[in-house]
Amino acid sequence: MINLKKTGDTVFFSTTPRIFSSFSVVGKKEGRGPLGSIFDYISQDSLFSQNTWEKAEMEMSKKAVQGVLDKTNLMPEDIDFLLGGDLLNQIVVANFVARHFQRPYLGLFGACATLGESLFLGSTLLDGDFGDQVIAFVSSHYQTAERQYRTPIEYGDQYPPWKQWTVTGSAAFLLQKEGGSVGITQATVGTVLDWGIIDTNDLGGAMVPAAAQTILTNLEDTGRSPGDYDLILTGDLGIRGRDLLRKLLKKEGLGELDNLNDCGARIFAPDQKAGSGGSGCATSAVVLSSYYLPRLEKGDLNRILLVVTGALLNPTTSLQGETIPGIAHALVLERMVD
Amino acid sequence: MPRTLKTEAEEFRQMAQPQNRTPLRNFLVAFAVGGLICFGGQVIQEIIMVFGPDKDTASMIVAIVLIVLGGIFTGLGWYDELGQFAGAGAAVPITGFANAVVSAAMEFRQEGLVLGTGARMYSVAGPVLTFGVVTAFLIGLIRALI
Amino acid sequence: MEVYLWAFLIGGLICGLGQLFLEYTPYLPGHLLVLLVVSGAVLSALGIYEKLIELAGAGVTVPVSNFGNILAQGVIFEVKRDGMIGLFRGIMEIAGGGLTATIVIGFLISLIFRTKE
Repeated sequence: MINLKKTGDTVFFSTTPRIFSSFSVVGKKEGRGPLGSIFDYISQDSLFSQNTWEKAEMEMSKKAVQGVLDKTNLMPEDIDFLLGGDLLNQIVVANFVARHFQRPYLGLFGACATLGESLFLGSTLLDGDFGDQVIAFVSSHYQTAERQYRTPIEYGDQYPPWKQWTVTGSAAFLLQKEGGSVGITQATVGTVLDWGIIDTNDLGGAMVPAAAQTILTNLEDTGRSPGDYDLILTGDLGIRGRDLLRKLLKKEGLGELDNLNDCGARIFAPDQKAGSGGSGCATSAVVLSSYYLPRLEKGDLNRILLVVTGALLNPTTSLQGETIPGIAHALVLERMVD
Repeated sequence: MPRTLKTEAEEFRQMAQPQNRTPLRNFLVAFAVGGLICFGGQVIQEIIMVFGPDKDTASMIVAIVLIVLGGIFTGLGWYDELGQFAGAGAAVPITGFANAVVSAAMEFRQEGLVLGTGARMYSVAGPVLTFGVVTAFLIGLIRALI
Repeated sequence: MEVYLWAFLIGGLICGLGQLFLEYTPYLPGHLLVLLVVSGAVLSALGIYEKLIELAGAGVTVPVSNFGNILAQGVIFEVKRDGMIGLFRGIMEIAGGGLTATIVIGFLISLIFRTKE
């Protein structure tokens, strides 16, 4: 009987895979947000000089991967595995990015939690000595998401104030076995949880139970209490979802949490008319890349729990009267001083 | 095993009810905007009738004018702003029907004129056509049999 | 002339009630429009829609319920005149105008304008 490097649903890496570098690309609206100037590349053109929205997202995602290669002076040949995903059918954006870079590729779908999947799988590949350098990338785009999941962009339907705005953005992360100052020490793989939210404009609400479940599982598996983390950072629950999560965790006995925040709640300002905040794979990715990783690198934060969240529905299931299942994956990111 | 939560799903759904609904404001704005569009239609109809056409013909011309206007405002990107502001006040008048068809036609242009625009321009407004025709058919059938 | 006042009031009321329908039911605008069209056709067959038009004019001819009205009027007229064949031929008689305009304008606008952000 081998001793597994796992307790409960949480994996404990024996070597600590590192997030060595990252590159973020965002659109106009995100560039005008409160975190605006810190992103690596801000495009004023949502079409990225392409003639369709889908091609625009592919171009944007390519830029992110190329960006992290340029930043670290690496060539595509230096990368052992590409792990990526997006929100579109058949994850076509990630597929076409992989087509461009010509490296062994695994496409992943976890809705807005895809970043968690890719960082987790990348870490396991490194921890298992299956590779030295892995790139994890995700993207989302407002227009491509609206086209696929909702109604035509120019259609005059009315969004309630609790709906979120899909972030147009992409980020790529270079994971290595050593180097850099941010390490991934543990990761909790989420279980799908559906508590019957049926409103497709309330994805934040639908994902909250899964986020709570994953956070509690992580705390139990690692033997930690919430205060052991400088920050518990969720992906895209939005302002409303974040507050709802806080309430739910209080009910579950964690007390009043003051170290809880959400990337979606941070990426847009209230006057940008983005409802409850940002959503989409890119939300957690670009905010982590450009705002929270630097803070970890500087020593502003020492240990954070990144909890990416995803709503696992599609347009067909909602038409068929199904409720919205949610999932959340957690990664423990720690500042490494070696 | 994931840690099971103590809270029940039903309890959570109660907690998750949105607190910032504004049904009264939405009703009043829909009323005002919808009412204004209808008022505008009446004005246009009266103007047309000055030039001769009878009420029924004028009514059809008003419909066409409103459809064209709804289409142009959709093309300019203004109708979706109106929809966000007025909800049913923008969706219910015939301008809203035009917006549904035109927005879909514009949207799917990316996939080509034939299989994009041509095929999918009815994706939002199609039900109105289907159910209108089926209901009228049933009415006609009943009328014919009585 | 009081038709102007009633046009505003009745038209506004139809939209306002439609808004409440969207607020308090899980249904989408598509469902609302179908409900209005079907109601328009039924009220038309019962002779009620005509009376509403006399009172409120554009207040009931501008909302999409009028589409149901003119479909029903078309079929009833043709059935009275030609019997069963009118059942098929008559439906689009009046509605054809609006439908043609919609399809043509849809196509034209898609040629001229691009979707904004």
